[in-house]
Amino acid sequence: MPASLSRPSIPSGLKLLNWFLSGWTALVFIFLYVPILVLVVYSFNSSRLNIVWESFTFDWYARLLNDGPLIRAAKNSLVIATVTTVLSVILGTGGAWLLHRYRYRAARGIQTLVAIPMVMPEILMGISLLILFATAGMNLGFTTVIIGHVTFCFPFVLVAVQARLQGLDPALEEAALDLGATPLQAFWRVIVPCLQPAIVAGALMAFTLSMDELIVTFFTRSAAATTLPIQVYGLARVGLNPMLNALSAIFIVATVAFVLFSDYLQKLGRR
Amino acid sequence: MIEIRGVTKRFGSFTAVDNLSLSVRAGEFLTLLGPSGCGKTTLLRLLAGFEMPDEGVILLDGQDVSHLPPYRRSVNQVFQSYALFPHLSVRDNVGFGLRMQNVPAPEAAARVAEALEMVSLREQADRLPHQLSGGQRQRVALARAIVCRPKVLLLDEPLSALDAKLRHNMQLELKHLQRRLGLTFVFVTHDQEEALTMSDRIAIIHRGRIEQLGAAGEIYHRPRTPFAADFIGQANLLQVAVVGRNGTTARVRVGGGLELTVASAELPAGARTALVSIRPEKICISKQRLDTENLFEATIEEEIFQGATDQLRLVTTQGTRLHALVANESAMQEAFHEGDRVYCGLHLDDLVIVQAE
Ligand SMILES: Nc1ncnc2c1ncn2[C@@H]1O[C@H](COP(=O)(O)OP(=O)(O)O)[C@@H](O)[C@H]1O
Ligand SMILES: [Mg+2]
Repeated sequence: MPASLSRPSIPSGLKLLNWFLSGWTALVFIFLYVPILVLVVYSFNSSRLNIVWESFTFDWYARLLNDGPLIRAAKNSLVIATVTTVLSVILGTGGAWLLHRYRYRAARGIQTLVAIPMVMPEILMGISLLILFATAGMNLGFTTVIIGHVTFCFPFVLVAVQARLQGLDPALEEAALDLGATPLQAFWRVIVPCLQPAIVAGALMAFTLSMDELIVTFFTRSAAATTLPIQVYGLARVGLNPMLNALSAIFIVATVAFVLFSDYLQKLGRR
Repeated sequence: MIEIRGVTKRFGSFTAVDNLSLSVRAGEFLTLLGPSGCGKTTLLRLLAGFEMPDEGVILLDGQDVSHLPPYRRSVNQVFQSYALFPHLSVRDNVGFGLRMQNVPAPEAAARVAEALEMVSLREQADRLPHQLSGGQRQRVALARAIVCRPKVLLLDEPLSALDAKLRHNMQLELKHLQRRLGLTFVFVTHDQEEALTMSDRIAIIHRGRIEQLGAAGEIYHRPRTPFAADFIGQANLLQVAVVGRNGTTARVRVGGGLELTVASAELPAGARTALVSIRPEKICISKQRLDTENLFEATIEEEIFQGATDQLRLVTTQGTRLHALVANESAMQEAFHEGDRVYCGLHLDDLVIVQAE
């Protein structure tokens, strides 16, 4: 695909509109990013209050790293999000391929059923999962949280992969079979590489969704499987704490680094 | 090499291939020719193993492969869309089949290099498919199939995405390659000129059946059905009544009263009407009387310049309309103009009976 087709700039006759649009764009960015900036700045503020600037300190970061429960919750979240992502990618990609490749009588029904968790209110999902686990006699813990997360994460992978499959030449699989690949080999060596951008996008989506999920987790966790959002929510209820600013700042840096890194990977892949 | 026996393929209530039998000889270039939707692709897919026949058997080298999956058949296909793997380099695309067949790496590398050499793509070996031109992609697709040394190579309209000039070059190149390597090709096209240029034999397919099978020249000169006559080249198709027989010839009359002499060999005894096909270029046009079995007068109604040839629309004294082609050999030649009265000569052999009742 051509990376950059030259696009015309806005006609000069529309100067006024142009000014207005520039202003608007600036406002949107201010609205989006100023709070984040303020948050990061105040994570270095020695005062407990978010409104007054006292002096520069790393104190909150130090406290954060020494806060056992918070660190444990962060670890839990990472483990849960990672497992959820892996399972979602397997289920989502496999499901999309099967739905695309073979004809099922219930294909339409399956499609709808898969899409519902994406739009269903989380509170409903949390309660229904809780009832399910209780009925099945399952103890709440990591497993139940992960099952809950996969339920609403894998449809995002599936939908992304399906969109990509729509545009894929059906002859690609046939060509692989023709050259001696079994259906499984054709899937691994030809289809999966072709779907890779969609799989990566779906995986990122699943990871992020799982990472900051609160409500479903709330219903399906045990004390041992407390995740970061739940721990943070608990802390914030007691009163704002600059330690949370520090935590957020770390996440922002990690997110930005991650986005830049995946951009870099994509560029490498394209070459 | 391939033996197709009574193969039928249905999609729902629609019969795409209808009780078709055909044998492909080793080393030949066989073309399946027919209009869009006649079942050519379906037949090819049956040979490749992407479709399974509802009835009949397909033998490859004497072995029944009718229900073997594609990865168990030693045939390979060149796809209309080329279907190159977008994430693999040219080299890896070509090497894919050998890898799947667990050919040892050094041997595979040598065979890939040889195949790339054959299609003159050695310099592009490390490019990705999207960095190639249409003609180059076509050649990668070809190399990728040939490198597996298939017993039969199947090609589904492989040239249809190329522009006219490149297409013509590729036709010759493909034909040359097939001859040099002694491969068996089954080639699908709806382009009759392409079929005539490349094929040893042509099978004209119509509604899932073989309308006529024969050498390219035979198909052109001796079409046996009205469809075959009309589909290949141009043809004047005349409905005639049989008015008399005289040993090896017969007299037939066209609607308006024009009488012609035909060879009676192809006219079954007792036939009363027939359909006669005349190729436009077989009609000899002259201002002088000609020494041919058939001679009649006509007026040139319209003349269309076509470069190497002139297309003439004629109407005979009896009112029968014909079109003829005359070569524009040199400026010195007899020139024909609209409104001229001319003699039209036809040899016995050039009147082909394509139907008789
Ligand atoms: N998978 C299929 N399902 C239903 N109908 C099909 C299928 N494949 C082909 N056909 C039908 O079979 C007929 C022949 O198709 P095809 O073999 O592709 O023709 P050709 O290649 O000669 O143009 C067409 O009318 C097409 O609609
Ligand atoms: Mg076709």
